[in-house]
Amino acid sequence: MKSKRPSVTGNRPSTRPSTGARPSTGASRGASVTRRPERAPAPEPARQQGAVQSKIRLADKFEAYFAHHSTSAIDSLVRLLESPFQSLMTWLVIAIAVAIPAALYIGFANLQHLGETWEGSSQVSVFLRPETTDARAEEMRTKLATRADIAKVIYVSPAQGLEEFKAQSGLGEVVDSLEKNPLPGTLLVTPRLQNGSDAAITSLEQSLLADPAVADVRLDMQWVKRLQQLMVLGKKMVFGLGGLLALGVLLVIGNTIRLAIENRRDEILVVKLVGGTDSYVARPFLYTGLWYGIGGGLLALVILGIGFFWVSSTVNQLAALYQSNFRLQGLGFFGSMQLVLLAGLTGWVGAWIAVFKHLIQIQPR
Amino acid sequence: MIRFENVSKRYDNGFESLSRINFAVEPGEMLFLTGHSGAGKSTLMKLIMQMERPSNGQITVDGHDLNRMSNSQIPYYRRNIGVVFQNHQLLFDRSVFDNVALPLQIAGLSHHDIGRRVRAALDKVSLLEKERLNPIVLSGGEQQRVGIARAVVNKPTMLLADEPTGNLDPELSEEIMTLFRQFNEIGVTIMIASHDVELLKRMNKRILGLVEGKLVHDGVLW
Ligand SMILES: Nc1ncnc2c1ncn2[C@@H]1O[C@H](COP(=O)(O)OP(=O)(O)OP(=O)(O)O)[C@@H](O)[C@H]1O
Ligand SMILES: [Mg+2]
Repeated sequence: MKSKRPSVTGNRPSTRPSTGARPSTGASRGASVTRRPERAPAPEPARQQGAVQSKIRLADKFEAYFAHHSTSAIDSLVRLLESPFQSLMTWLVIAIAVAIPAALYIGFANLQHLGETWEGSSQVSVFLRPETTDARAEEMRTKLATRADIAKVIYVSPAQGLEEFKAQSGLGEVVDSLEKNPLPGTLLVTPRLQNGSDAAITSLEQSLLADPAVADVRLDMQWVKRLQQLMVLGKKMVFGLGGLLALGVLLVIGNTIRLAIENRRDEILVVKLVGGTDSYVARPFLYTGLWYGIGGGLLALVILGIGFFWVSSTVNQLAALYQSNFRLQGLGFFGSMQLVLLAGLTGWVGAWIAVFKHLIQIQPR
Repeated sequence: MIRFENVSKRYDNGFESLSRINFAVEPGEMLFLTGHSGAGKSTLMKLIMQMERPSNGQITVDGHDLNRMSNSQIPYYRRNIGVVFQNHQLLFDRSVFDNVALPLQIAGLSHHDIGRRVRAALDKVSLLEKERLNPIVLSGGEQQRVGIARAVVNKPTMLLADEPTGNLDPELSEEIMTLFRQFNEIGVTIMIASHDVELLKRMNKRILGLVEGKLVHDGVLW
């Protein structure tokens, strides 16, 4: 039966219907309730005072909602910092799990980049038949140079080839003693490769071979292609490994949150008993998971940064030795932010799983 | 306000701690629940609080059929009922003030209103000057009063107290009963579980008597 007489609680804040009507209905409901006759003044100031203004305005509700978000966020961070050693251990575990795939990813990305640098300088050697004259070769050269997929063509005549060989090998006398020049005339073709697709290379090779004057075609960059394919495979494996390690992070955070929930069991029981909803109870734990993830992600960036500077000095020296302007590339600002966000998200999801597995089970009895 | 119709509660282990209970409580009533240990007093209160669901029968509280209430509605329902328990269920990681403020924070009151209401409630139980203390340093009676302040701070329509004077001396229990009576005078429906016969006699209110889960008495005199 419904209360008919004006009780002390007639215009109390919880004018929302007691069965879980959402806050939004509270305001309208409050109006109807306050229309009831005012109760006799309470004997004690406390109640009287409270009764004067006790409707919870919607604005207050929202304010309280956001206030609970920010206090949950701050409190959970403070809690983590209050046990710095334990938190650091968790952060480190997460950081390592994040740093390993990230480092591999950076490594592969750099190898791929390196491959592209080499590809630019790679050449296709087109060996001509011995009977081909210099004039014919020159004619071929000019024709090839106009092709869209060819950047540059150089003709090395058999005589020039022999001279170069003499100079580079230091076998001058042996070469001089030869009756006949064994070297064929050669066209050095530098392909213009937009994305260096395999098919483009093969079709270039085929069209070059089609000329009857061509004896053989050698692709110097074949191994670069293979390297690139390996890189693609490697990157896929990095993602697979990253997925597995993310699962590990989920489990670590889930377990840590489970312990945190157990530690605060009494509090959860009381909060539920005085009307705390599941999401209210869950909120601080979800923030804890988020902080674990973000902290782990930031720590991973530190680890990656240290590793990067350690490796890059060596790489740069090496590059200088080979007169290459290759420089090791890191994650960059946005990459780093993505990494931290991804770690934070993983932490949040881990906490969510733990919360909805364990928190729901904790009911006041 | 509260109506039990043929309510039985059988726990998972098969033990029937309440059988076929029928009674009704009018709004603004103050009544006692008594019986030997294990008679089912706490179980009855847990049914009202939706901490347990009845195995049989229907419970109606403030117009709500508890059998038809979904889990997500329970928190909002509980906010209208103040509870004081045997073990005070205070949180020792925060001050007296924060303990009492908890129901208001959950209900989403403004910071300003929370401060005002909590102080009013603490003033009511004469603990205003101890608001900053941790409840662990308080005496049993003081802790019990903090629990009461927390139960009434949200101005519930109904107050359930399970052995609120359980381990208190007669003087203190008298004090707490006076508090309850004051709340009752301003319209709060109050149900108190107690097996303190002296207290029941003194209070001279309606009494529900339980014996082994059965309601054997309903009236003012035993
Ligand atoms: N969760 C439970 N599972 C099984 N049996 C239970 C459970 N809770 C209570 N009981 C049993 O139900 C009966 C009634 O218990 P209840 O707590 O309601 O008694 P009570 O009247 O409050 O006793 P007391 O005065 O000692 O507090 C007891 O025999 C108890 O063992
Ligand atoms: Mg009991």
